[in-house]
Amino acid sequence: MIIHHPLLGPRDSAEFVYLGAAALMDRPDPETASADDWHDYAYLRDNPAGPHRELWFHEGGDRSILIVTRDTTTHEITDVALARPAGAQI
Amino acid sequence: MQYSGFKVIKEALTGHKGWKPAWRDPDPKPHYDIVIIGGGGHGLATAHYLASVFDRHKVAVIEKGWIGGGNVGRNTTIIRSNYLLDGNEPFYEFSLKLWEGLEQDLNYNAMVSQRGIMNLIHSDAQRDAFIRRGNAMILNGADAEYLDLAQIKKEYPFLNFDDARFPIKGGLAQRRGGTVRHDAVAWGYARAADRRGVDIIQNCEVTGFRIENGNCLGVETSRGFIGAGRVGCAVAGNSSRLMAKAGMRLPIESHVLQAFVSEGLKPVLPGVITFGAGHFYVSQSDKGGLVFGGDIDGYNSYAQRGNLPVVEDVCEGGMAIMPMIGRARLLRMWGGIMDMSMDGSPIIDRTHVDGLYFNGGWCYGGFKATPASGYAFAHLLARDEPHATATAYRFDRFRTGHMIDEKGMGNQPNLH
Amino acid sequence: MTQTNRLDGGQIDRDATLSFTFDGKTYAGHPGDTLASALLANNVRLMGRSFKYHRPRGPLTAGSEEPNALVELRSGARQEPNTRATTAELFDGLSAKSQNRWPSLAFDAMAINDRLSNFLTAGFYYKTFMWPAAFWEKLYEPIIRKAAGLGSLSMQADPDAYDKGFRHCDLLIIGAGPAGLSAALTAARAGKHVILADEDFRMGGRLNAETFAIADMAAADWAAQIIAELCTMPNVRLMPRTTVIGAFDHGIYGAVERISDHLAIPPAGKPRQILWRVNAQQCLLCAGATERPIAFENNDRPGIMLAASMRAYANRWATTPARRVAIFTNNDDGHRTAQDLHAKGVKIAAVIDTRPDAQRSHDYEVLQGAQVKDTKGRLGLTFVEVAQADGSSRTVECGALGVSGGWNPNVHLTCHQRGRPTWDDGLAAFVPGGTLPPGMTVAGAANGALSTHGALQSGRDAARKALGLKGRAPAVPKAEDAPVNQSPFWYVQGCSRAWLDQQNDVTVKDVKLSHQEGFRSVEHLKRYTTLGMATDQGKTSNMGGLAIMAELAGKSIHEVGTTIFRPPYTPMAIGALAGRMRGKEFHPTRLTPSHFWAKERGAVFVEVGNWLRAQWFPLPGETHWRQSVDREVTATRASVGVCDCTTLGKIDVQGSDAATFLNKIYCNGFAKLAVGKTRYGLMLREDGIAMDDGTAGRLAEDQFVVTTTTANAAKVYQHMEFVRQCLMPDADVQLISTTEAWAQYAVAGPNSRRLLQKIVDADHDISNEGFPFMGCANITVCGGLRARLFRISFSGELAFEIAVPSRYGDALMRRLMVEGEEFDVTPYGTEALGVMRIEKGHAAGNELNGTTTALNLGMGRMVSKAKDSIGSKLSERPGLNQADALMQVGLRPINADHKVTAGGHLMNATGPVDAAHDQGYVTSAAYSPALGCMIGLGFLKDGGNRLRERLRLVSPVTDLTVEVVVVSAHFIDPEGERVRA
Repeated sequence: MIIHHPLLGPRDSAEFVYLGAAALMDRPDPETASADDWHDYAYLRDNPAGPHRELWFHEGGDRSILIVTRDTTTHEITDVALARPAGAQI
Repeated sequence: MQYSGFKVIKEALTGHKGWKPAWRDPDPKPHYDIVIIGGGGHGLATAHYLASVFDRHKVAVIEKGWIGGGNVGRNTTIIRSNYLLDGNEPFYEFSLKLWEGLEQDLNYNAMVSQRGIMNLIHSDAQRDAFIRRGNAMILNGADAEYLDLAQIKKEYPFLNFDDARFPIKGGLAQRRGGTVRHDAVAWGYARAADRRGVDIIQNCEVTGFRIENGNCLGVETSRGFIGAGRVGCAVAGNSSRLMAKAGMRLPIESHVLQAFVSEGLKPVLPGVITFGAGHFYVSQSDKGGLVFGGDIDGYNSYAQRGNLPVVEDVCEGGMAIMPMIGRARLLRMWGGIMDMSMDGSPIIDRTHVDGLYFNGGWCYGGFKATPASGYAFAHLLARDEPHATATAYRFDRFRTGHMIDEKGMGNQPNLH
Repeated sequence: MTQTNRLDGGQIDRDATLSFTFDGKTYAGHPGDTLASALLANNVRLMGRSFKYHRPRGPLTAGSEEPNALVELRSGARQEPNTRATTAELFDGLSAKSQNRWPSLAFDAMAINDRLSNFLTAGFYYKTFMWPAAFWEKLYEPIIRKAAGLGSLSMQADPDAYDKGFRHCDLLIIGAGPAGLSAALTAARAGKHVILADEDFRMGGRLNAETFAIADMAAADWAAQIIAELCTMPNVRLMPRTTVIGAFDHGIYGAVERISDHLAIPPAGKPRQILWRVNAQQCLLCAGATERPIAFENNDRPGIMLAASMRAYANRWATTPARRVAIFTNNDDGHRTAQDLHAKGVKIAAVIDTRPDAQRSHDYEVLQGAQVKDTKGRLGLTFVEVAQADGSSRTVECGALGVSGGWNPNVHLTCHQRGRPTWDDGLAAFVPGGTLPPGMTVAGAANGALSTHGALQSGRDAARKALGLKGRAPAVPKAEDAPVNQSPFWYVQGCSRAWLDQQNDVTVKDVKLSHQEGFRSVEHLKRYTTLGMATDQGKTSNMGGLAIMAELAGKSIHEVGTTIFRPPYTPMAIGALAGRMRGKEFHPTRLTPSHFWAKERGAVFVEVGNWLRAQWFPLPGETHWRQSVDREVTATRASVGVCDCTTLGKIDVQGSDAATFLNKIYCNGFAKLAVGKTRYGLMLREDGIAMDDGTAGRLAEDQFVVTTTTANAAKVYQHMEFVRQCLMPDADVQLISTTEAWAQYAVAGPNSRRLLQKIVDADHDISNEGFPFMGCANITVCGGLRARLFRISFSGELAFEIAVPSRYGDALMRRLMVEGEEFDVTPYGTEALGVMRIEKGHAAGNELNGTTTALNLGMGRMVSKAKDSIGSKLSERPGLNQADALMQVGLRPINADHKVTAGGHLMNATGPVDAAHDQGYVTSAAYSPALGCMIGLGFLKDGGNRLRERLRLVSPVTDLTVEVVVVSAHFIDPEGERVRA
């Protein structure tokens, strides 16, 4: 597969490490979350057959983590964004 | 019709006119005691044991395509019970015992071939882990054997002992492990279940569940509503899609696992061999093809096909450990959808809906589990309580912290 | 050595003669020949035996779809089983053997199976061989396995090299026949980067096999002219001998280029084959079509082949399987073969055409409305029996029969992303369906344009469309444009032993039986009968099987559908997929900064992940590794030892939020760690399980250096980036791995400070007061070299870890050895490191096995409740906090001579020994020179409350039972006085 890195252009997926669903970014608020919230966050997945937002870590590149929207039935990639926007606090 | 050598000879002499379909092709009835969704190995085995062991005969297996078309028809055919953890080992050993009597039970030769499985060891830490595992196997009543380098050299002289990047230091063998002709497992269970009255309904897709007041009353299908006292789901890689129709999110991701077969070769390998320092395991089919595989591609997929990096990775492992296969040709590669669970172990459990039961999360180890999975699921469906070897396979183990994590990879399914 | 079946003309170089052997007999051929064409020229039709019935077989085809003529090519370590004689290029000295026969090709004892064929029908083995159960492995299976298989491997390591490479293009054209050449020319002249790949060694496809003209030139000459033009264009890369094996995601195509297979051995420095990963913006599939056979009784005898293949042998290779041949066809293309062979002087015994209105010829007899009923000839065809239109029978004597049932477009690659072909009634064939791999278009015969003119035009148009070329299309040269007149004719009525899949011996009868037994889905048919599962992947057999199944099921062929086409297009060497990643090159080898120094010292090395680390340093006279390791441990504990620990992961954490960040990733607190201090940290996964441990030293208010275990360096870094980018995107924190940037050595033992004081520059006070336990600092050594010093200890001794930029690592080690002479400094390896950490009770990889918690490790209280950290919440789940949870303990044998084995299980002193009574397991074991016995670390149920309890350590798999006693995991200096000295 080829992932179009927002900063680096088209890159072979072999340069990346797959980290799982992008929902992993939505970590429960430790102040308010219930045990069920933590369970659901850590263990339950939508696992859709269709567009899937997921995280790819550019380990063999600039080490950024990308949010890739990819169709799990065709592998077509429709969107790629940086998990940590380039404008974020540096 | 009973199959036998005698029958084969008789038919040969009388023009093969007496062979009947291995299973009927019935129309769905309006209601069954138990409906099993998924005509794969696990679903068909469940039906067989429901009928043969638990005396349930008003049973249907509903399959959206043709039976045996999922992972049971698309795997590397290995059976073994070399597990580490108490939640798993008794279950897989039970499965291996069922394999050992399968053909007589089914009156179908699935070519259960116990030519052994050898896990190669390449480091001290790996040796420690495999010794722990071998001990766990023996303590659970299974067989295990630790082999040192000299023994490995004697039994597998063709392995790479000369210039290995990760030298072989030993191996853990399970002599009762081996391979089974995978398609025949589906057909054998189907035929045996059919002979006991189970309806196997192909080309019938489940479109939804009829759930009223928290009770599952049956399934909506492409061939109409089918009522059921209990509904069991055994659809492997499609688990999340199916259970979403019952409002469930599962601790499962679907991933693609590729597997490979070479052109036919005269006998090369004595049994199953797994490389401990790379992603490669291999056996040789009775037809002569090297059947091999490695790791999952590692990304969610329902596409039933993979990509080159993993193909290369697997072949690199193969050449690293047995460089004499370089000139053998890869004949065919294929991909299946694996129901990768959050701890690498399966689930056989009730759901929050009364009358709706679930069997899934087999990762890429479902084939060897087929008999025990069917048996345990049949037990659960018939008696509403888990089979003794499958008590750990609960949905709520993630909630309570009782994970069964053989590989120690945590809640990242693509690493199991 | 007479090529009795050699004809005139052809594209072979008659000026040169090549000598080759087949089954030990020597023959001659010419450059341009394949093994099959050369054998045919030498009047050899029998080239192989079938898989199941061991039927004698000759080539069915002249290309890669060949099911029959498979040989073992070459000998010794280069022996290559199942090589198609039809594609193997002839070279001088080529040697080939027939396979799957014993004792000889002409007399094969296993041909008894053919006599028993009525018993060995499709799937017979599922119905028998079940009694007694134990006989399967012992008796039945060995016999079956020995009889099955095709060729054999040499069992020696493949001596040849394979390479991999990447290529990029605007347009990848697969197939250099008329459509491919036309497309390539169109695209190339428009300035596009074009790759034209063809599996054949001679480009041109069918144009090389036909006699008709293009633009008033012989077709082959026209092809050569176009290829010559393409060769001159810098934007075109021609790749002959290159098979595109598969269409993968996002325009990636796998292609195998056979660099040296046409030579006796690869030239020095050249690989045998190269696997290319071609990144193509667009792909044009011009893979042509494959002729399909007609099934009739005994249609598999040597000499019976596809008609267009027979024509190719005559026109391209100037050879014929026999001097007298017949043709069996249902379409006009069969007549073309008759005409061409007739023109070459081959006697056409008859053209048997199923059509009552078939065209007649002045040159040979045409039997209209006739069908082949049966054939004769044990090792080669002698005559065919024909059922004529009027019902009469007739015998036609011939040494070869060309069969044509029409053409099937080669749609394989269009289906590699699970698209399905669609049935074209007009062509009576499957054509590419609507869902192609993105970026792929199909042209020429592969798309159903079966005439030459049609192919040229469709190639041009498809290239223009794929590349978005504007303007007027260039003209297509004048060429043959015969209408396509294919109609379905799959098998001769009444036949039963009529072969569909010649290699796997699947006959019409088997398909009927499959239907009778309910295996009616095409996938069931395939799996039950093995139709299409041979090395030709059903290229010539599938359609016939599908058609018969459709007929039996009363369905259209379209409804029945096809099985799934899977890569590779043709089988490819496993070695090519592995490339150079084999032997020592299987994985990269990482060397530590002190590697060459250690090698000089005679160190024994061990693989630790991709690293090579010194395991121990034997001294003269030491004959057993334990002698070396015990000495290293003892010497270190007595004075001072040095160990290269560069392999530990090092991650630099910087930014104003660095402390906040560490507070999140470690379960214990880091916010208040003072500058100049180091702290042990335990990292949990979010599921509450221990992931890794290490230290973090605070070098500045906004800078920490985190260390990880060697094994987890990459994983921890990845985890930290996840937390930084995905969970704390607004935090001011930056990470970089500096594992390779710093050479880091543990200097351990009571004299470690004294040794370091000799190299640390004087302005840095490293006394116990000036640099206490767990201190860290940027310092300089050896007169100004920047360095980092950490006062941390893995060994339990007074110890430091000192780091210098990697390029000074070697020099620093040598300097430490020189300066340490007065203390008898001892280098130690990973074994001694392991012994000392076990003696000290430090957890390592064996304990941090991915299933253990802080509680298990005896660090439950480290998980801070005062803050949120990764994993802290889920670590509270009841299953991870049971009253009898496993706890890390130390273990000593009751009898000091007894062995402690890692991987052993713990059982109570009395009672049953089984899984139900399992109390825990041993994670690590070592001989402790200090204690004079073996010791172990392990996890024991409720271990914290079972000190001094006697247990049995059992390891049935290594045949060991030992009595042990539970002790503190801190065997050495439990009060920690030494580290603070």
